[in-house]
Amino acid sequence: MSLRSLTRLNANNEIKSPLVSSILCRYLSDSLKKSLESVQKNDVVLFMKGTPNRPECGFSRAVVQILTAQGLDFSKIKTYNVLADNELREGVKEYSQWPTVPQVYIKGEFIGGCDIVLNMHHNGELEDLLLKEGLVDPKNELEQEEK
Amino acid sequence: MSAGISKEHLEQTLKEKLSADHVEVIDTSGGCGQNYDVVIVSSVFEGKTLLQKHRLVNDAAKAEISQLHAFSQKTYTPAQWAELTNKK
Repeated sequence: MSLRSLTRLNANNEIKSPLVSSILCRYLSDSLKKSLESVQKNDVVLFMKGTPNRPECGFSRAVVQILTAQGLDFSKIKTYNVLADNELREGVKEYSQWPTVPQVYIKGEFIGGCDIVLNMHHNGELEDLLLKEGLVDPKNELEQEEK
Repeated sequence: MSAGISKEHLEQTLKEKLSADHVEVIDTSGGCGQNYDVVIVSSVFEGKTLLQKHRLVNDAAKAEISQLHAFSQKTYTPAQWAELTNKK
């Protein structure tokens, strides 16, 4: 993969200059590149501390609970435990220009951390987004909300 | 590990860099100075999405946040804040 296309992969290219991104990409190892590229290839990607079954941080736990409550199937969500890989832990922060973990990506787009996902869960935006992207079954929602 | 960030320092940084009308920093660490909940009211949030607002805060307190274990934020425009505090 060329440097140019990796630069385009950056979740935050509207803020970060191409120069910074290309310098950054030069320092990424192949395994880290692979993890970050998977953000573009999977519908939902979650970088967290611990695993969905055993979160090791309250914020990561909260995000897992929210995604579960939204009806997402965790066997279809790509999750990464940043505690198991320090390079990934730092790399994902650079990639998104976001200082903390957990981080949620939907259809390749950085959504946010715990505060934002919780907020979107409360105000219905998360449900709207998941429905729009066809990631949750609309039938269940109809029964619950009688839209 | 670092010794954390003082509540006053975090408050001052956010106030200055975001020209905030109001900053509330709640230390949730029980004293170690590594866990904070913050509420920020500033007109710079006007017309921004939630993600953009949080990015502004993250940038303003970049050095500080990197030393914390937990950082949770709520961002309001002055109008939103007025509405919220009137309800209470």
